[in-house]
Parts: sequence; C-alpha cells; structure tokens
Amino acid sequence: MAKPNDKQLQMILEDMVIARTQAGRLWNLQRQGQVGTIAPIDGHEAAVVGAVHALEPESDWVLPQYREPLGLRRYGPEVLDTFMLYNLGHPAGGHIPDPVKVAPSQISLGASIPHAVGLAWGMSLKNESGVVLVFFGDGASSEGDFYEAGNLAGVLKAPVILFCINNQWAISTPTHLQTAADSFASKAEAFGIPGVTVDGNDPSAVYEAVFNARKRALNGKGPTLIEATVYRLGAHTTADDPTRYVPSDELSAAQEKDPVHAFIKDLTDRDLWSDTKQKEIETVALEIMDDAFEKAKNTPLSANSLMDHCFVSDTSRQLRQRSFLMESMGKSNE
Amino acid sequence: MSNKVSELSMLEAINETLHSEMARDERIVVLGEDVGRNGGVFRATEGLIEKFGESRVVDTPISEAAIAGSAVGLAMAGLVPVAEIQFLGFSYQAMHQIAGQIARLRYRTQSRFESQITIRAPFGGGVRTPELHSDSLEAQFANIPGLKIVLPSTASDAKGLLTSAIRDPDPVLFLEPLRGYRGIRDLVPDEEHIVPLGKANLIKKGDDVVIISWSYQVELSRRVAESLEGEGISAAVLDLRSIVPLDIEAISQIVSHCGRAVVVQEAPETGGFASEIIATINDECFWSLEAPVARVSGFDVPYPVGMLESLYVPDEARIRSAVLKTMENG
Repeated sequence: MAKPNDKQLQMILEDMVIARTQAGRLWNLQRQGQVGTIAPIDGHEAAVVGAVHALEPESDWVLPQYREPLGLRRYGPEVLDTFMLYNLGHPAGGHIPDPVKVAPSQISLGASIPHAVGLAWGMSLKNESGVVLVFFGDGASSEGDFYEAGNLAGVLKAPVILFCINNQWAISTPTHLQTAADSFASKAEAFGIPGVTVDGNDPSAVYEAVFNARKRALNGKGPTLIEATVYRLGAHTTADDPTRYVPSDELSAAQEKDPVHAFIKDLTDRDLWSDTKQKEIETVALEIMDDAFEKAKNTPLSANSLMDHCFVSDTSRQLRQRSFLMESMGKSNE
Repeated sequence: MSNKVSELSMLEAINETLHSEMARDERIVVLGEDVGRNGGVFRATEGLIEKFGESRVVDTPISEAAIAGSAVGLAMAGLVPVAEIQFLGFSYQAMHQIAGQIARLRYRTQSRFESQITIRAPFGGGVRTPELHSDSLEAQFANIPGLKIVLPSTASDAKGLLTSAIRDPDPVLFLEPLRGYRGIRDLVPDEEHIVPLGKANLIKKGDDVVIISWSYQVELSRRVAESLEGEGISAAVLDLRSIVPLDIEAISQIVSHCGRAVVVQEAPETGGFASEIIATINDECFWSLEAPVARVSGFDVPYPVGMLESLYVPDEARIRSAVLKTMENG
C-alpha cells in the first residue's frame, strides 16, 4: 500500500516519539559531559521515521548522514546500541553488526551518496532485490559527490533513493545562500530522474513518496530524488548556538508545525493515540536509551583497538608501532 | 603447471592479468573512463568488455569521485571493483573518496565493511603529456593510513603484483609508469603469477653502494648500476615494488651490506617518499653507513610542460652523479 495503514501510523508515531524523547536525553548527556558532540534530530523525526517505515529492513539499506540514527529504530535495537558507543567515542561505534543493513554515521557531507549508488548498482548486478536509501541535507546537495553520484545513478538506473532533508539550514547558512534552484528536488532534472518534493513534517506523505520511489526502483526504473522539507528545531549540534542566526519568529512559526506534536494530535483525534500511550512510550524510550548507554559504557576497550582494523593484518611498521604502544603502556602485547 | 613464459610489455602484462583475474573471479567489476568500448586510453582494458560484458566492464561518466565512491558501495555489496583513474593527476578529484572513505572504511567500521578495491592509475613523466598527466603523487597517498601503494617496474612484476592487489582484502593503489607501458618488456609467466605485496626485489646485487627506487626509476637505476660495473663500482639496485607496505628488512639488509645508499624518486624532493626511506635507514642501520644517504628527485616545482620535462625528471646522468658523489664521501 502506498499509504500507511492505522497500525503503521501508530508504529511511525511510536518511533517518532522515541526519537524525540531520546534526543532530549542525549542532549542532556552531552551537557553533562558524558558523550561527545551530538547533532539533534529535532524536527526531522517525521522525515526520517516516515522514510524508513516505507523500507524493508530485510532487503533495503539505509546510509545515514549523522542526524538520523535515533530515527532508525525500525532497523533494530543494534542501531541505538551502536550509536551510543559512537557517541562515547568507542571504536565499536562504527560497527553496526551484520545483518543490519545500516551504515554508520557519515561525517563527510554527501560522501555516502556515491557509496549508496555503488551499493545499489552492486545489488542489481548480483540480482539481489532491494533498494538503498541515502540521507543527506540541503547543504550536502552543494557537494560534488551529490552531482557526480546523482548523475551516475541516473545513467546506471541504480535502485537508489536520494533522500534530501531540507531543514532550511546548513549550520548557519540558509537555503537561499545554498542554491538558486527553485527546489532541491529540481536538481533531479539534470540527472534525468524524478525529483519529488514532500512535506517532511507529514510522515504519511514521506512514507508514500519513499514507497513509490522504492517500487519504481524495484521495477528497474532507477533512482528518485526526494526532498523532504522540514525545519531544524534544534541546534546544528551541541557545539552550535543557533540564536546567533535563526530568526526567532521563524523558529516560533516552525515550532507551531512541530512534526511530533502535529502527529500526536492527528492520531489522538483519530483515537489511534492517547496521553497514556504517550507516557508509556516516553518511559520505554528512556529505558531503552539508558540500557543502551549502560551497555556502551561497559563495553571493554583495549589499547590494541587503536591499531586494529586498519588493514586486515598489520604491516611490519604497524606491528612495531603496536609493540611500542604496548610497551609504553607497560602492558604485554595481546 | 607449465613454466612457460612470454615476452610482454608492461601494458600487455596488465591487460592479460585483468583478463585472467576476471575469468577467475566473477565478483570483479572493472570501472572507469573509456575502459569499455575503447579498451582504455592505453588499451590496458582491451578486450574485457567483449569477453565479460557491459555489466562487468563499465564505462563511467567523467566522475573520478563517483568512480572511487561507487567502488566503496560495490565492495559493500560483495563485489570486487577494479577501478581505473585515467591519469593519477586526476585522482585529486577523487581524493576525498580515496583518502577520506576508501582508506578508512575498514577502520571506521571495525571491519564490518572492507575495501577490496584496486585503483589502477598511470603516472610519471617522460612522455610529454599535457598538464597533470605525469605527476608522481605516491608520497601523498603514502601518508594516508589504510591504503596500499604498489608500483611495479617490470612486466613480470606488473602481473604478479596486480594479481596480489586485486586479491588483497584491503584497498590498493596500483601505479603504472607511463614510460614503462610499452618501454618495458620482459619475460612474464604464462600461468598464474603472484608476487606478494611488501616484498622488495634486489634486482642487482652489489657491494659498494645500493640504489633504492620504485617504478620506472628502477629501470634507470639498473642501467646506471650496470654501467658502473666497468668502472669498478659494485652497485646494488633494490626495487621496493610497494611503498606501503614497505619492506624495511630488505632496505636494512642491503644498506647495512653496502654502507652507502642513493634513493631515487621522480616526485618533488620535499616530502617525497625518498625522505621516508632515508628516515627508515636512520632508524634501522645508521651506524653501518659510511656516507650520508643521497637522494635524487624531481624539483620542488609543479610538474613542468613538455619542453622542460627532461630537465625535471631524474635521468641516468643525475643518478650516476649522485652515486659517484656518495662513493667519494666518507
């Protein structure tokens, strides 16, 4: 079905509420100095959760940028578990275990877009049924990788969904300084692929757009560029002070359209949600996060991790460096 | 297995290796600019598209970043991409994908994903190419952990090392000397031929001085060493074959034996890989030296236009002069 049914709507809202609740906890953990820099998901929940609920985790890959992980609960608890390791700065935070089809966060803007195209292309070469959805932002669409990969995707008809979340800001740069194009979706024209603009505050609309793009990709018709328009309700990251540049009236107007609040109201009006349910899910969200954080903090870390996984086996020089490291720590080489 | 050999140019050896590896492993996909119908601008990929089809031999748009970046995705899908960057100087346009993504994919994902990716690229001077076609960038790549850098100097090694590169589970930058494509010919085993990465080759023994080099400069160094025999100087030549991994032991052994060394590279002097070799010699066998280690390099200017090229690229005379000076020292 192109439109989510009631059950799916409830699952989408659950995941949105969980993402929002956990984002608040994560922000506090950062402020307490317990985790590193965080890019809050606030305002992106409907776009991220709506999109991944139109995918099949068994067959479809998700390549995030870095703001999305809390919205990827549909792909399993391993995503949050790994994300908490990542937030701690633990090396295992880059290893989302097999067979979860989610790549770790990508710091280089737009750099995962050619990976997504290559992965989708590879899947079709191997006759594997499935699509790849890659998240990136309005700012990343100005990178060369976006144009090179979008162009290649069009030529190859790769089963990929280029999912641009336009949150109006690239740190402090507003969209009108990012592009003179009418929309980010309009850039699809240069790739010879469909470009769709969707209200990223409306999870049903996002679901439908991704559902259709997926169907099209699976039918061999190639990629789709989707622009989901949202408003970044939080800071760019915990290191950012948006009051320096976000006009307060504009932010207030965006808060009126907060996707989580709007969807709660929508489903409550339709008797698909309630205050009790809300409280229950918020409690669950924090329990899950606290568990994940405890597990992350208790994950062993060996000094060898500094040297591990560069190559499949050390070069002779790396072996010496590893020995030097161990000796300087007064420990035997494991 | 037969021990038959054929005399091939380095280009023919590379082409033959691509054919045999693609036949051996159906996961291999060759991608790049003009690698299909045209068989590559130097014909390194000639005949592949006819034999293995358009889905495994892919002419890409002119997009170095997308060639390197999509190779990451192909590897994630379980395929084995062998990408061509048409000239190494064009790799600047893929640098963020090669350095920032391919090289660190295993490390940043703790081996969830690995980059079994070979990137082939011709480089080096002496054939009067247009700008940016000849630059020797190996030292820049050597400063990127996670990337292996292989530079054959013979046709036989080109086959043996390319075979190893393609089969290596880590990313390999395989650099092919433009001047050697047709200018280097030697006997290449017909059957499967594997030269492990990280093993230097002492191509000429000697007792007085060792010339250490890689890629086409090995050929020039060998000629110099042979000419010096008649003058009573016994010069060894060590072909590094790869600079990452680096055969530290082989360097140490031969430098300790000779007590004198000259390192030859085509790249600019400052920050070149020759500096790394000399630092390695300091670490390993400084006290066996009888003279300071000399280096022969390009100059610290951008790779020049054709009419200035012969002044820039180290030639036999410059190598010879450095060897003689090293013999006089100490």
